[in-house]
Amino acid sequence: MRTPFTIRVLAAMPRSGWIAMGLFAAITLVLMPALHLFVPEGHPFHVSNYVITLGGKIMCYAIVAVAMDLVWGYAGILSLGHGMFFALGGYAFGMYLMRGIGTDGSYQSHLPDFMVFLDWKELPWYWAGSDSFVLTLILVLAVPSLVAFVFGYFAFRSRIKGVYFAIITQALTFAAMLLFFRNETGFGGNNGFTDFKRILGYDITSPEMRATLFALSALALMLALLAGRYLATSKFGRVLAAIRDAESRVMFIGYNPLHYKLFIWTFSAMLCGIAGALYVPQVGIINPGEMSPANSIEIAIWVAVGGRGTLIGPIIGAGLVNGFKSFFTVAFPEYWLFFLGALFVGVTLWLPEGVVGLWKRIRARVAA
Amino acid sequence: MTDTGPTMKRLLLTLLLLLLPASNAFAALDPALVRQLAAEESDDKIAAIRQLGASASADAAKVLKAMADDELLVADEAVFIFDGEQAVDAATGAVIDPVPETYESITVNNRLRSELANALAALKLYDPDRAVRLAAATELQSNAGIGMAPILAAAMAKETDAGIQALLKQAHALANLENPDAAARLAAVELLADSASPATRGLLLPLLDEANEPDAAVREAAAQAVDAIEARLAFGEILGQIFSGLSLSSILLLAALGLAITYGVMGVINMAHGELLMIGAYATFFTQTLFRAYFPDYIDWYVLAAIPAAFLAAALVGMLLERTVIRRLYGRPLETLLATWGLSLILIQAARMLFGAQNVEVANPVWMSGGVEIMAGLVLPWNRIVIIGFTLFVLALVWVLMQKTRLGLFVRAITQNRPMAGCVGVPTGRVDTMAFGLGAGIAGLGGVALSQIANVGPDMGQGYIVDSFLVVVLGGVGQLAGAVWAALGLGVVTKFLEGWSGAVIAKIVVLVIVIVFIQKRPQGLFALKGRFVDN
Amino acid sequence: MSTNLTDYDTDNRGGEDGTQVVGHILQPGVDLSHKVILYLEAISVSFDGFKALNNLNLTIDAGELRCIIGPNGAGKTTMMDVITGKTRPDAGTCFFGQTLDLTRMTEPEIAHAGIGRKFQKPTIFENHTVFENLELAMKTDKRAWASLFAWLSQEGRDRITDTLKQVRLDHEADRPAGLLSHGQKQWLEIGMLLMQEPQLLLLDEPVAGMTDDETERTGELFKSLAGKHSLVVVEHDMAFIEQLGGKVTVLHEGSVLAEGDLATVQADPRVIEVYLGR
Repeated sequence: MRTPFTIRVLAAMPRSGWIAMGLFAAITLVLMPALHLFVPEGHPFHVSNYVITLGGKIMCYAIVAVAMDLVWGYAGILSLGHGMFFALGGYAFGMYLMRGIGTDGSYQSHLPDFMVFLDWKELPWYWAGSDSFVLTLILVLAVPSLVAFVFGYFAFRSRIKGVYFAIITQALTFAAMLLFFRNETGFGGNNGFTDFKRILGYDITSPEMRATLFALSALALMLALLAGRYLATSKFGRVLAAIRDAESRVMFIGYNPLHYKLFIWTFSAMLCGIAGALYVPQVGIINPGEMSPANSIEIAIWVAVGGRGTLIGPIIGAGLVNGFKSFFTVAFPEYWLFFLGALFVGVTLWLPEGVVGLWKRIRARVAA
Repeated sequence: MTDTGPTMKRLLLTLLLLLLPASNAFAALDPALVRQLAAEESDDKIAAIRQLGASASADAAKVLKAMADDELLVADEAVFIFDGEQAVDAATGAVIDPVPETYESITVNNRLRSELANALAALKLYDPDRAVRLAAATELQSNAGIGMAPILAAAMAKETDAGIQALLKQAHALANLENPDAAARLAAVELLADSASPATRGLLLPLLDEANEPDAAVREAAAQAVDAIEARLAFGEILGQIFSGLSLSSILLLAALGLAITYGVMGVINMAHGELLMIGAYATFFTQTLFRAYFPDYIDWYVLAAIPAAFLAAALVGMLLERTVIRRLYGRPLETLLATWGLSLILIQAARMLFGAQNVEVANPVWMSGGVEIMAGLVLPWNRIVIIGFTLFVLALVWVLMQKTRLGLFVRAITQNRPMAGCVGVPTGRVDTMAFGLGAGIAGLGGVALSQIANVGPDMGQGYIVDSFLVVVLGGVGQLAGAVWAALGLGVVTKFLEGWSGAVIAKIVVLVIVIVFIQKRPQGLFALKGRFVDN
Repeated sequence: MSTNLTDYDTDNRGGEDGTQVVGHILQPGVDLSHKVILYLEAISVSFDGFKALNNLNLTIDAGELRCIIGPNGAGKTTMMDVITGKTRPDAGTCFFGQTLDLTRMTEPEIAHAGIGRKFQKPTIFENHTVFENLELAMKTDKRAWASLFAWLSQEGRDRITDTLKQVRLDHEADRPAGLLSHGQKQWLEIGMLLMQEPQLLLLDEPVAGMTDDETERTGELFKSLAGKHSLVVVEHDMAFIEQLGGKVTVLHEGSVLAEGDLATVQADPRVIEVYLGR
C-alpha cells in the first residue's frame, strides 16, 4: 500500500494550521510587498523600509528558532552554538555579496576592500567560486551542514549530551568567533563584510529587492515550519523523542541514536545557514559578533519563551523577544539586559512550556 | 681603512694603556687632548674621544656630553662651553673673558656620534651610583667594539659589584671578538659560550663564516658557543612556557574549583559562575578603595583584607541565587543553564550600573610588583608567583573542608548518591545551599587573584565559564584531584600551543583535544566506574 | 556473514511505500546449526578492582527457557549488560549462535541481530502512547532514512493490535505510557520485546511489582514463547521460577555456582550456603 508523499506532507499539519499558513502566505508574499512597492511613501498604508527589514530579519530569526526547536524540543539536544551555523550561512552568502561590489569599493580594486587593506594581492583559495551565485547557494547549504556533521559525528558518537554538549557547542562557537576575528582568516576580521551593492546585478537597497528578500524569508520560514512539522509527525520524530526520553532503551530495540541525532542536527544547522544567508543582505552586515556565545544562547530563549517542542511556539517566541528587543534597546537601552536576564529566569521558572503552553492551559481552563 | 685599521687600533691601545693611570690621577683634562676634539680629521677626533672616555673623569663626561649635544664650541685655539652667560674652558674650567666673538660648534658626524655614545657609556661605568653603572654595563652588552676593550678591562679592575663585574666581563669578551689576536678572540668566544642572550648569539654567528673569521680554532669554538647558547635559550623558553602554563593553570583551577563543587553536588552548571569571579574582583576593588581612603598607610596589605571580603560577597550572592532560583530547577539541568545565564546577564548589568561600564583600576601592592630573574631573559613576575601560591593555599583549604569537616562529608555523600544521602539523614537542602555558597566563595577568591593580573570590568567573568567547565569535565565530576590535574594539563598544553601556533589556534586545538579525550574517557580523568554510573 | 547496520542493501530505500521492509533485515541472522543460541566463555568484568563477573561460562540452547538466580551482586545484570553490548568484558568471548561475536557489536546491532532485553526497572517511552511504544519497537527497517518516510501499514497496525491484546493493554492504546501502573508498564515492555521478534529474550526481574494473578499470566506467556524463542529470565521469585519449570543457573560472585532443575539446585549445599549461610 503506497501512501503518496504529498498526502503525508498534508497530514503533517491540521486543517487550522494550513489555513493559518495560507493567511500568513497571503500577507507576507502578496500584501506586505505590494504595500511596500505600490503605495507611495507617506500614505498611511505604506509599509516602510524599516518595517520590511525588521520583518524580514525577525522571520530569519524565526527560522533559526524552528531549527533550534527541532534539536532541543524534539531531540533534547540543547545547542548553545547555533549562532555559528547562522553566521556561517551568512558569511557564505556574504562572500558572494562582497564579490558583487566589484570595483565600486573605496579602493576600486577587484579584491574586497579589507584584502586591499591587508595588502593581499589575490583572493585566497577558499574564495574561489564565490562570484558564482549558484555555487554560493550550494556553499550556504553545505558549509554549516558539513561543520555540523563533522562536529556532531564525534560528539554524538561519544554520547556527549545534556549539559556537556551544551557547553561544548558554546566553546565551539566561541572558538569560531575568535577565528573569524583574525584578519588572516580572510573574512574581514573585526569588521566582517559590509557595504554590499547588488545581488545578481540588482541593487540591494532597491524596494523591489527588499520586498523580494522579505518574501523569500517568509517562504523559507513556511517551508522550514512545514519540514519541521513533517519530521515531528513522522516516525522519525517519534524515534527522536524516544531518544530524548530514554536513549539506552532506543538502542536496545535496535535504533542507532547516532544516525537520528546526526540527521536532525545537520538538518537544523542547514536551516540556520539558510536563515543566515537571507539575513545578511537584509541587514547589510555580517561580522564575528554573530558568533558570540551570547547570541547563540538567546536563540534558546526564543524557543523557551514560545514553548519547546511545538515549532509554532518558537516562531512566536522569536517574534516576541526580538520585537521587545527592538523596542527596549531604543527606549531603555540600559534595562534591556535586566529584562532579557529576567526573561531567562522567569520563563524557566514559571513558564516551562512557554506561551503556547500558557495558551493551552488557559483554553483548558475556559473549556472546563 | 681596512688595512690601516688594525695597526691604528693597536697603536691607540698602547697609547691608552699608557695614559690610563695618568688621566685618572689628574682632575683636570689634558688641554691638548680636548683641543684634539676639534681636529680636522675624524680619526683624530675619535682618538681623543676614546682617550677621554677612558679617563674615568666627570669632567670628561661633561665635555663629551656637550660635544654630543653640539654645545662644545671652538674659537681660534680655545675649546669652551657656555656655562650660563660665561664661556668656560673645556679643559681647565677657567673662565674665558671676554667671550670670543666668533665661534662654532664642533662638527659631529654619525660615526663620531656613536663613538661619543660609547665613550659616555664607558664613563658611566665609573659612576659612583651602582644603578647607573649597572645600566651602562647592560647597555654595552650589545654594542661594545674593540675600541672599548681597554676601557672595559679597566672598569672591570675597579668594579666591586659581582653582577656588574659579570656583565663587564661579557662586554669585554664581546669587544674582544674584534681583537686581531686570534688567541684573544678564542678566549672571548669561550667566555661568551656561557651567555644566554640572543644578541650574543647574533654576534657569534658571523664568526662561523670563514670570510669573517680566518682562524679555524675560533670558528670551531664559535660554533660550539652558538650551540650552547641556543640550547640555553631553548631551555629558558621551555622554562618560561612551563611557568606561564602553571600560572594559567592556577587561574583555571581557581575558577574551576568552585564550579567542580557545585556541579558535583547539584549536577547543574552555574553559568553565572564567571560573574561570581567578577564579584570577587569588584570586592577587591572596593577593599582597595576603602584602604586608600581610610588606611593609606596599610595600602600594601589591602589584598589580604580583600580575601575574606571577596569570599563573603561571592558566597552570599551564590547562596541567594541558590535559594531563589537554582533550587527550583533541580533535575532540569538544561533549564538551569538558561536561568543561570539570565542571572549572569543581570549581574553584569548591575555591575555596569554600580561601577560603570569601564574597567576599574586595581593596583598590585608593592610586594607583588616586579619579578625575580631566574636566568638571563627569564623574569618571573611576583604577582603570578603569589597567585600560584595562593592557589595552593585555596586548594589546601578546600581539601581540608571536603575531607575533614562535616559539611565536606555531606557534600561528598550527595555528590555520589543524592537520594541515598537524603535517606541516611543528610540535610540535602541545607547542604546544597552551603555547598553552593562555598563554591561561590571560592570563585570570589579566584576573583581576588584575577584582579591582580587581569582587567576588572563587568564582562570579565564571561570568558571563564567554558574553560572552567572543560577543567571539570576533563577531571571527572566530583573529583578534586581530577580538577587539579586537568587544570595543570590544560594550562600547560595551552601555553605550549600558544608558543608555536598563536592564541586562537591554541584555543581551537585545546577544544579538539578535549572532545577527542571525552571520546576515549567519557567520565573524565578520574572516572567513577561501575554499573550505577550510566543513565 | 555480515552483521553491521551499514551492510544492508542500501540501493533499495525501503519503507518509502509504507510497507514493512522486513526483507532488508538479516533474517534469521543467527546460525543455530549446533542448537545453541548463546555462548559465554570465560567472561570477566571488573569495576575498579571489583570483579563483577569472574570467568563466567554459560551456554543457552536454542528454544530454551533458562532461569538465572543468585544473591545481589552475583553479576546477573552485568551479564545482561555484556550480552547486549552495554558493557565490554575485560576477557572472554560472547557468541550469539555460531558466528556473531557480541563483544564486537554495538547495542543497536545486537538488537538487530535478534536479542531483546527487558530492564529491571521498566523502561518505556513515557511521553509516547502505548500504541506508539509498540510501533517503535516493531521489527522493521530502523535506519534514520527509512524512519523519515515510514508509514504504518495495515499489517503493522494489526500486529500492534494483536500484541496489545496479548499483553492486555488494548484498552490503553492511546494513553501516554507514563500513566500506566507498574505492572502494566512491565507488560508494555514485554509487549515491546515481542514486537521486536527477537530470537533471544533477556528478562530482568519481569514480574517484580506484579500481582500474583499477573505473575501467573506472565509465566504462561513465557512458556508459550519458549521453543520458538529462547528466554533468559533473571528472577528472585521462586514460585515464578517453579512455574516456568526450565533449567536454573545459580550465579555467585560472578561465576556459575550450580546448574540444573530447580529441585536439584535447591538441594545443592553450596547454594544453600550462599543463600542462607552468610
